[in-house]
Amino acid sequence: MRASAGFAARSIASRSGHTFRVGSTLSEKVWERHVVRRAAGEPDLVYVDLHLVHEVTSPQAFEGLRLAKRRVRRPDLTLATMDHNVPTNDEPAEDISARQIDAMARNAREFGVRCYPMGDPNQGIVHVISPQLGLTQPGMTIVCGDSHTSTHGALGALAWGIGTSEIEHVLATQTIAQTKPGTMAVTVEGVLPADCAAKDVILGIIARIGTAGGTGKVIEYRGAAIRALSMEGRLTICNMSIEAGARAGMVAPDDVTFAWLEGRPFAPKGALWENALDDWRSLVTDAVASFDRDITIDAGALRPYVTWGTNPAQSVTIDGAVPDPDALPADARESARRALRYQELVPGTPVRDIAVDAVFIGSCTNARIEDLRLASEVVRGRRVRSGLRALVVPGSMRVKADAEREGLDRIFRDAGFEWRDAGCSMCLGMNPDVLRPGERCASTSNRNFEGRQGPGGRTHLVSPAVAAATAIAGHFALPADL
Amino acid sequence: MEPVRVVTGRALPLGRANVDTDQIIPSHWLKRIERTGYGLGLFEAWRKDPSFVLNDGRYRGANILIAGANFGCGSSREHAVWALQECGFRAVIAPTMADIFKSNAIKNGLVPIELSADAVSRLLAAVQADATTSITVDVAARTVTAPGVNASFALADFLQTQLIEGLDEIALTLRHEREIAAFETKRAEWLPRVR
Repeated sequence: MRASAGFAARSIASRSGHTFRVGSTLSEKVWERHVVRRAAGEPDLVYVDLHLVHEVTSPQAFEGLRLAKRRVRRPDLTLATMDHNVPTNDEPAEDISARQIDAMARNAREFGVRCYPMGDPNQGIVHVISPQLGLTQPGMTIVCGDSHTSTHGALGALAWGIGTSEIEHVLATQTIAQTKPGTMAVTVEGVLPADCAAKDVILGIIARIGTAGGTGKVIEYRGAAIRALSMEGRLTICNMSIEAGARAGMVAPDDVTFAWLEGRPFAPKGALWENALDDWRSLVTDAVASFDRDITIDAGALRPYVTWGTNPAQSVTIDGAVPDPDALPADARESARRALRYQELVPGTPVRDIAVDAVFIGSCTNARIEDLRLASEVVRGRRVRSGLRALVVPGSMRVKADAEREGLDRIFRDAGFEWRDAGCSMCLGMNPDVLRPGERCASTSNRNFEGRQGPGGRTHLVSPAVAAATAIAGHFALPADL
Repeated sequence: MEPVRVVTGRALPLGRANVDTDQIIPSHWLKRIERTGYGLGLFEAWRKDPSFVLNDGRYRGANILIAGANFGCGSSREHAVWALQECGFRAVIAPTMADIFKSNAIKNGLVPIELSADAVSRLLAAVQADATTSITVDVAARTVTAPGVNASFALADFLQTQLIEGLDEIALTLRHEREIAAFETKRAEWLPRVR
């Protein structure tokens, strides 16, 4: 029934859009399955399978419910945690953060929403805990008041960030009214060089398509190099889809996905697991389907990337140098000049000659166990460059516990890193982990916007391996340089 | 939400491209649990520069913001819209805008207008040359007019209605409660529940 409605709508769109398309892409399939209501001239009303909530963007939404005397329609499909402004050391939260943390706890209690608060073994960055618990599953629709919700697409879910008004709408109705997004394929063929990571793939993609390259569209990441990635790597790539402006990012579920999910606390069990698997295997883009936009990238040509500017598209490879704005395309020059002024960088400076004051290994982009293993291998038996501040902030308390079981905490501490509790921390500077004005940081996070890690701070986005090597060298470096 | 049909007034020629929501309202302002109190945080870092356009007395009282491409990219924070509104802005004009920002704007009655790069350039030039230039945004007609500029913009019918009527979207959706409940009976058995 729903499928035929979707087909009818497609035919109409095709007639007016001058292109005839058959078959469906992965994102279209998931979207069509969730359409509760479709009417001409209106956005689709789409059902939300999982609504993730955190302390920063939700208080005004709960207040809206209270004022309108509305309830949360499906507390059983809503999960809250605290991640953005929680302290990651033993210090208590600052007063104003504590007020927001308390509000989250109070709202969760009042509206019957399950919340993993500070101190809970399941607490952590919302985009790390949901996949880890097995809550994020193929074919689901997932929303959260956070733009990095695109992360969950790594498991074949359609997941996107929403604003506070939309949070209130989802809390009250378990649906969201939105126009169907466009489609885009990014095919990464070939084999990734050994010193490159998933982070370098997504930074390479953003360098190619720009910060608005995916606007209005869901990007499906495809190709041999994507298939060869671990689930952690795919999570990193989908996470930064929003940095290319995309509504969401997805990878079709495959055996990597299923092996990763099986046995996790909220994953289906027994016969339900088998039923789910049968269904999940159908979640692929039809061979005859086409995308609104389709680009191909050669993985073999990628190198480790370092951003030099103040948006994630302003990057060069680690073997490169700070660009001369005059040598860039005309429409990129003014932003580049402004960025170089802010970053206090001189055109022509080799990337490896840029010294840093701080290194941050963390965030929903790169703070999973695989990231910490990789970084710990680089710093094992070495020392952080004297005078440099280096932090490891695990993505969740479970990641932290797993890392400690493997002894990774000792390796980091022995090298001179601070070993913290889970949270967003220095990714966005909402807790006391901030850069001081003028400080330069190699960060495994996702945004190098002006002041993102603290007013006046300067951010360079890199992979965990480059961050770790940079902490030891004191300037941008690859592990092989040490 | 307040209905909005026409916005007439002077404009602030920001002009920059890729203005992210961290610039519009820095993260430390997001610790508030209210919908108000963000005005002083608008472009907080840039405002420290005396030559920043928001500090230019000639543009005081402007209610239309003119920006470069990809305005409002980055974080989903709706606080960016609230901050702009608290500072008196009723419409934003740019060649392109980020998806989440655009959606947040509509839901609060801040009119997001995407015009051709050429039309935006002409508006910028007009406002930079004469700060008293009056611009009219007509949501019903989907037009932006100023001396020497007459441009139209695309806006889906339902979004236009939402702006003009100031609709409560939740109340609208709840009219379809029966369809939502029917959908819920057909969801796959294996889908997770957190409690």
